[in-house]
Amino acid sequence: MTHYWASLFGGLLIGLSASLLLLLNGRVAGASGIVGRLLLARASTNAAFVIGLLIGPLLFLAGFGHWPSVTITASLPMIAAAGLMVGFGSRMGSGCTSGHGVAGLARLSPRSFVAVLTFLSAGGATVTLMRIAGL
Amino acid sequence: MNLQTLRLLAALVSGGVFGFGLSLSGMLDPARVRGFLDVAGDWDPSLAFVLAGAVAVAMLGTLLSKRMKRPVLDQAFHLPPDTGIDRRLVLGSALFGIGWGMAGFCPGPALASLTLGLAPSFLFVAAMIAGMTLHDRCFAGVTRCIGSPS
Repeated sequence: MTHYWASLFGGLLIGLSASLLLLLNGRVAGASGIVGRLLLARASTNAAFVIGLLIGPLLFLAGFGHWPSVTITASLPMIAAAGLMVGFGSRMGSGCTSGHGVAGLARLSPRSFVAVLTFLSAGGATVTLMRIAGL
Repeated sequence: MNLQTLRLLAALVSGGVFGFGLSLSGMLDPARVRGFLDVAGDWDPSLAFVLAGAVAVAMLGTLLSKRMKRPVLDQAFHLPPDTGIDRRLVLGSALFGIGWGMAGFCPGPALASLTLGLAPSFLFVAAMIAGMTLHDRCFAGVTRCIGSPS
């Protein structure tokens, strides 16, 4: 039961972060867009956001005395292929779980609704097929 | 403090809250993410609460922003243009979803997880940046691919 509360509170904080960036800087808190602009060497605020993102797990460590759990089961070639697809796809689709999934849905953007339904379905199908194939 | 310094600080704090929220929520854990996506199997619905909580609070922020002429630290809101639902949106999101399901990582959590120093996180982020660069250099538009951006 406790991990449901942790998920809910974590989600509320993610929403707070998106609201802060929108109300203060007028920007969408979308991780793939921020990294994309960082790669194009635009606006140092993108770098500041990424540094904050990296500090996040340290704050968790400071507060709870242990690292957040990160269990990666996929093989390294699978990880590399997945990373390529996530990077390419998030740029092609103009957003990812944060930009479309949080900020976009909160704005009631029709594009984001389509994106979220598409990536949830594709992700669900992929996990199911991999389980059936024993991967 | 000038405006740009304040904007940097705002982005840093926003990123920090985001990273802490990801850590607390379980989104940082690919095994949990894959369990959430495995609707037909041993489904772990807890991460739906992350999305619900995040969207609810972000919606309040959005409503508040509509009552403001401009953000506190900038001249105007910088929102993505509504370009309609097209093939790029659907194909890109599908590709993204397949990768997300394979590894259990999406861009924000993958970046935040670098702090834990796990080798697969570094490999994922390197591949993700390669994928983004490949798209932005060569597939963002034919003209951009021919006339390479500086």
